[in-house]
Amino acid sequence: MTTAHAHPSPAASAPGSGTPSWRLLTILSLSGALAGGLIVSAYRATLPPIEAHRAARVEAAIREVLKLPARWDTLYLDRGALTKRLPDGANPKAVERVFLGFDSNGNPVGAAITAGRPGFADIINLIFGLDPTSGTLLGMKVLTSKETPGLGDKIYRDSGFVRQFRGAVAPLKGVKDVSGRSQSEVAVITGATISSRTVIRIINEATARWQPLLQAYRAKATP
Amino acid sequence: MAAAPAASLEDLTRGLWRENPVLVQMLGLCPTLAVTNSVANGIAMGVATLFVLLGSNVLVASLRTVIPKEVRITSYILIIATFVTTADFTLEALVPRIHAALGPFVALIVVNCIILGRAEAFASRVSVRRAALDAIGMGTGFTMVLLMMSGVREVLGSGTLLGMALFGGRFEPWVIMVLPPGGFLTLGIFLLLLAWRAERRQRVQEA
Repeated sequence: MTTAHAHPSPAASAPGSGTPSWRLLTILSLSGALAGGLIVSAYRATLPPIEAHRAARVEAAIREVLKLPARWDTLYLDRGALTKRLPDGANPKAVERVFLGFDSNGNPVGAAITAGRPGFADIINLIFGLDPTSGTLLGMKVLTSKETPGLGDKIYRDSGFVRQFRGAVAPLKGVKDVSGRSQSEVAVITGATISSRTVIRIINEATARWQPLLQAYRAKATP
Repeated sequence: MAAAPAASLEDLTRGLWRENPVLVQMLGLCPTLAVTNSVANGIAMGVATLFVLLGSNVLVASLRTVIPKEVRITSYILIIATFVTTADFTLEALVPRIHAALGPFVALIVVNCIILGRAEAFASRVSVRRAALDAIGMGTGFTMVLLMMSGVREVLGSGTLLGMALFGGRFEPWVIMVLPPGGFLTLGIFLLLLAWRAERRQRVQEA
């Protein structure tokens, strides 16, 4: 550090130091630019595997909630109707979509729908399979959630809770004890009431929104 | 400070036990409490922190004559943040499951006091070699504590170790151990045992 200073340091700079402002600015700007460059290159290098992982996770989830369909179509939401073609000029990542699965004979088995809303901690995102004609659920899988370990995370760790969604009929009703009188009853988890009721609410809201769209799509496809 | 040859071994071992970042310096408590609910998370967090600590210590030590005193904290934070962001992307690309389990805590390595503390108190004053040895020692010491904490918490709180069931169906997990209070309890008991041991040793010496 240089001590040769003709004038006393201005109040803004640290006493007893002689680094000129231009040098501080240059060093900070250079290191900022360097750090920015490094971060952007790391981002670019890791983006393809990260996107591949995400796509693989969604694909595995679709297979699971539609009970291993032979194939599926991606249906995009365009001006209040579902269509197989991506709307012109739309960003493929921003358009809402559902996945319509078919069995090996080409008959539709149901649609996989992703949806989310805030749970006990942060947003719960899930995917579920729905038979749009009957409103019967084929399965449910939580994609992302930050629910409390040991309690709220039972919405995906507790296989008994998850299994209930297979064959249940939407709109679902969260109950403490299943009476067996209705196929819409889902037993909520003790100690994770908010998380499990949120799952039910997500499915009910998404069903109410997508079921009519899916029915309209099917009516148009098979006149 | 001792001469260089004697200092090397000391630099490496200091962080393991005698000046352990968590148990003695009480630094990095946030990740220690937050991510130790399973051993896999503990290992991933420990290794990620070790990587960032090593990278930032080496860079801070090699740039110690270039970085002006006035903007040193800004520069250290910039160096640390760059390493953390890189580690975050790398973990998500290589081990997406663990990355998802650690949630926001990978990004929060930026504010882990161990890293800024070692940069400011040690790496900015010594050679690259000593800074690297110090980072390895401190990082390993930190990982060790995370392993001890997560081992106790996962076994008691979930009845598993690294995801493998240990006790069969009859074990009722102590759910509290994987919740935040379990972190405080476990760390508290560790510190209590250490203090008790130190006190007893002192009494023996006095007698």
